[in-house]
Amino acid sequence: MPPNTILLKNPLLMVALMSNVQAVESPAKDKLIVATAALCGCFGCHMSLLDIDERILQLVDLVEFDRTPLTDIKTIGKCDIGLIEGGVANVDNVEVLREFRNNCDVLVAVGACAVNGGVPTLRNQFDLKECLEEAYIHGIGVENPHIPNDVEIPLLLDKVHPIHEVVRVDYFLPGCPPGADTIWLFLTEVIAGNAVNFPYSLIHYD
Amino acid sequence: MKRIVIEPLTRVEGHGKVTLLQGKNRNIRQARLHITEFRGFEKFIQGRPYWEAPVLVQRLCGICPVSHHLAAAKATDMIVGATQLTPTAEKIRRLMHYGQTLQSHALHFFHLCSPDLLFGFDDNVHHRNIVGVIEDSPEIAKQGVLLRKYGQEIIRLTAGKRIHGTGAIPGGVNKSMSIDEIRYLQDDIAQMIGWAQGALDLMKTVFREQYDYNMAFASIETSMMSQVRADGAFELYHGGLRARNHLGETIFDHVDYVNYNDYIHESVKDWSYMKFPFITSLGEENGWYRVGPLARINNCDFISTPLAEAERKEFMAIGDGLPIQSTMAYHWTRLIELLHCTEAIAELLCDSDIVGKDLRTKGELQSYGTGVIEAPRGTLFHHYEVDDEGIITKASLIVSTTNNNQAMNESIRKVANQYLDGRRLSEVLLNQVEVAIRAYDPCLSCATHAIGKMPMELNLVDEHGELIDRLEKKVNGLINRTL
Repeated sequence: MPPNTILLKNPLLMVALMSNVQAVESPAKDKLIVATAALCGCFGCHMSLLDIDERILQLVDLVEFDRTPLTDIKTIGKCDIGLIEGGVANVDNVEVLREFRNNCDVLVAVGACAVNGGVPTLRNQFDLKECLEEAYIHGIGVENPHIPNDVEIPLLLDKVHPIHEVVRVDYFLPGCPPGADTIWLFLTEVIAGNAVNFPYSLIHYD
Repeated sequence: MKRIVIEPLTRVEGHGKVTLLQGKNRNIRQARLHITEFRGFEKFIQGRPYWEAPVLVQRLCGICPVSHHLAAAKATDMIVGATQLTPTAEKIRRLMHYGQTLQSHALHFFHLCSPDLLFGFDDNVHHRNIVGVIEDSPEIAKQGVLLRKYGQEIIRLTAGKRIHGTGAIPGGVNKSMSIDEIRYLQDDIAQMIGWAQGALDLMKTVFREQYDYNMAFASIETSMMSQVRADGAFELYHGGLRARNHLGETIFDHVDYVNYNDYIHESVKDWSYMKFPFITSLGEENGWYRVGPLARINNCDFISTPLAEAERKEFMAIGDGLPIQSTMAYHWTRLIELLHCTEAIAELLCDSDIVGKDLRTKGELQSYGTGVIEAPRGTLFHHYEVDDEGIITKASLIVSTTNNNQAMNESIRKVANQYLDGRRLSEVLLNQVEVAIRAYDPCLSCATHAIGKMPMELNLVDEHGELIDRLEKKVNGLINRTL
């Protein structure tokens, strides 16, 4: 069973569960379809995926990419695996995340921000207004000081949330970012239909 | 209110959404690239100790975290009173920075731009990406992957890990290189120089094949700002600020970046979370400028490494003594920098200081610190103020892409005026807008201190403020009109 949200509150338990995640049923087609998105994160998890280096040449034999920041495909179709980086900070993040949940058989929270909100949640200790005022009113060298407000910019949420607070999440890959070897092992085992067993070296940090 | 269609701007590191405002005669009077994410670093860094800044603030951006890591480290050098780093510390940081610039430029060229160059803009959307390059031009794809890997390996060996490392600390670094690590990197450096030169040659060929188009496309006349070394040399890690106008005339030169607030201010606009910096002496209307590879190559007097210097001369020759304003020339200059980085890495790998053990200096705790670096996308400013305990009380960040904010809007406006046919948006226009934005290699998420895929849609608003057209690109590559 995938770890549920309550278990997240116990990091040790979560790691224990992660090290024994169940495999996805292989669909009856050649390649699994993978989509990725970055919400309120730093893109580091996507960079860590690229850090599999020349193994990416193997990966494209194993999977087909749907919407990712690396392709020109702009809306998501039905996918086997969705990888989400980043937490949820505005209404657009919510929309993209729900779209992924609706279209992906398996949804994975990749990295600290998706798993527990990460560094962006440091703003949760302040009022959103204070944060905006610091950037756009009290900042050094700021002219024409006021808080941006336009129909074209999406509403910010008052707090930043981990993705499991918005949608059901099947797997959690912690780390800031999770290492390339961790991501590679996860993907290849899931693609092969195996259970994933992480050695300790792949799930300890800094 | 009508649901906004999500239209991500792809293959730029980040995301955006564009509105075109028509004036009379259907001219585009304003283009607005909306930056729609906000994170609030300036506020939540307050109350943290200064020594957290280099590891915390780099979480702004996972694409060039080393730039933020080093800009913050330089600011904290000042805070701990380390006026002069040890040679080992400075050279290890430089090595880290060259590795970073190498991997970032390689990523942009091979992973994000080469599909356009190799396949053209009309190629099928499912093919026009790095996977298509891997299938059709495996050798080029392999070079790109391995060049980026090499840069990432330098970062790993100097910073501890590839993304969000910890190598730079206030007043120095926490490790130097071992002989084994140097040998490991030396094994491949000649190959990397060769591949960087090859990528540059490919770029030049493509540029020259459609020379007039590339010189004119999205081209705008602007001032440019960058850091230069005291002798005017090209500089990425540490220098004085130089700004020149569109004729190449000096606006300011060799400015100590600690005083940047006397020269650069930022304006706020309603429709974007990204602020609009400008040179204060020229005013908000005329003072906007460009940064990044194009500005650095135009502004410097020479490059210290021979292959890149020869390439700089060849590039500057197309300007006939004037700064080159072609927006597509960002691609060309980015690869001159890529070549320079490989050469500079080769030099440093032969420098005995990088195995030194004298890693750190310090002095009296100061009340503030400013760190400025030439990040891959341009000049990056970090400024922190601290109390007696060393707790941060104020922070100010001007991120590289933010400097190009107005310039990107002006380039989009130029393209829109050229390709907009009356009152209907076209697929050609949508593609061209994306190409113009991608030339700047904007890290939009980083610029708003937020990253990820932000929605983009192309909206057309007439002179009465009415939305008259909107385009959306579907998964099958077809353009959909959603109004």
